[in-house]
Amino acid sequence: MLQAVIADSHWAIILILLPLAAAVLCFLYARAANIIGVMTLSALVLSVAALGWQIRETGVYHHAIGGWEAPLGIGLYADGLSLLMLTITAVAGLGISIYATSYFKQQDAARFWPLWLLLLASLNALYLSADIFNLYITLELVGLAAVALAALTGGRDALAGAMRYLLATLLGSLAYLLGVALLYHGFGSVDIAILATQAEPVPVLWVAFGLMGAGLALKMALVPLHFWLPATHASAAAPVSALLSALVIKGAFYILLRLWLEIFAPHSGGAETLLGLLGSAAVIWGSLQALRQTRLKLLIAYSTVAQLGYLFIAFPLSTMAGAAVWSAAGYLALSHALAKAAMFLAAGNLMRFGGHDRIADLDRVVQRLPLTAGAFALAGVSIIGLPPSGGFVGKWLLLEAALTQGRWELVVVIILGSLLAAAYVFKVLGRAFTQAPVCQKARAVPARMEWAALLLACGAILLGFLAPFILPLMDIGDPFSASGVQP
Amino acid sequence: MSSFSFALAGIGLFVLGLHALIVHAHLLRKILAINIMGSGVSLVLVALARRGGDALPDAVPHAMVITGIVVAVSATALALVLMLKLAAETGSATLPDDSPE
Repeated sequence: MLQAVIADSHWAIILILLPLAAAVLCFLYARAANIIGVMTLSALVLSVAALGWQIRETGVYHHAIGGWEAPLGIGLYADGLSLLMLTITAVAGLGISIYATSYFKQQDAARFWPLWLLLLASLNALYLSADIFNLYITLELVGLAAVALAALTGGRDALAGAMRYLLATLLGSLAYLLGVALLYHGFGSVDIAILATQAEPVPVLWVAFGLMGAGLALKMALVPLHFWLPATHASAAAPVSALLSALVIKGAFYILLRLWLEIFAPHSGGAETLLGLLGSAAVIWGSLQALRQTRLKLLIAYSTVAQLGYLFIAFPLSTMAGAAVWSAAGYLALSHALAKAAMFLAAGNLMRFGGHDRIADLDRVVQRLPLTAGAFALAGVSIIGLPPSGGFVGKWLLLEAALTQGRWELVVVIILGSLLAAAYVFKVLGRAFTQAPVCQKARAVPARMEWAALLLACGAILLGFLAPFILPLMDIGDPFSASGVQP
Repeated sequence: MSSFSFALAGIGLFVLGLHALIVHAHLLRKILAINIMGSGVSLVLVALARRGGDALPDAVPHAMVITGIVVAVSATALALVLMLKLAAETGSATLPDDSPE
């Protein structure tokens, strides 16, 4: 009975409508926003689990809204890759939401929850969209909600960061939309499945990919288009920084990956080499910048720039060993989301505690905030890629692919990135043991904020043990098969 | 004029807007530049929707343009509010040059 209900329900629609309705409710009943928000996130985690069970039992989910099939209607589609991204969003989102219930004062909470739930609805819709125009709409919705969240705290830095972010994200969306226009003109459809069969290696395809790729790279802050990210992510409120760094960035990556796998990979013409080069540059340059920072939140933001580079290193490796490499990239995205959310939340605790985020003046936080220091350390283990963390599994699979293919330059980049990550994580942890020259007065940090950060970090470590369960789930519907072995 | 030249004009608007977005410091000009780029994309969509001869134009790109206008209105509204807030905070409607240390 229960199984029949789960198998027949439209979980994908619930995943979009539930946060949308909850956003409106939070706006209307601001007093109950915390409760509505956490209940919605809990329900979403269960819905994602149900969707996962459904597509594991019955194969990929496809639904034409209102009975209108492509090319006219809006299609929803869920396979293993969508499921992975939905899981990342729901799980990391739940942790950040629990944190936010203690972090925001009543007045700020009333503004945070509607925006965050709108962001959640747009992200879920993005991961479930089956056509490239609908992806543009959801991408724009994600961008607008994210910008409003970044500006939430007000103040000069946050507003300037949000403005810079808005201009970057609008420019990225417009470049993407121009690519959509060209693809529609060239191949007569916006449906990804139809485009996949129609696409031919003609100039319009390459121009469209150039535009879409550049637009999405700007939204993902791929070096050299990362200028907006560090200031924006560092100046936002702690839960917002965590949302932006852990979840929002992944939305653009998902679109790029989906388009690449379905449409562009067979006609790439060497674009994967360029993406790999930029990714390598991001890993090295982002890590070096992170190492130079004196402020904790900027360090974590540059670490995001670096860790995103790893996702692009998968592109050149995927031509020889498609599915394995993309599983590695998916796993990295998953563990990065949890670890980076934990890091930003821990940084938020430290800022609440000491009133600043200067690394040099951390002043014995290991003794004074042991849970937060532990959360940062465990998240650091996953970011560096030490066993037994989720980051280790992802980086190990990537490294294995690079070794078997004899791509030594990528091997060097992967290892060097990990060493630099170790350097900047230990730079912070080392200061956490030392005493600051001036003793500072400290504010109490609510236990819930400490535990939320710690649990997310533990999740990132736990992923290292869950790989045998999660990797097969990613393969439902063969999302990675298109970029298999090329002749 | 053929629809192709309209599409080229759309590309021209896109490039013009991109140039203005990069060179101008004032935020209102940047926001206008984004809007001009959006109009350029719309023009490309509408121009390429035309089918040869007397055939009715393809309606799908028209629907996309209308959706795009809705998105552009909301994005512009948000950008203008942010600009005003920033101007009230810093006294000038430009992005502060210095990144936080």
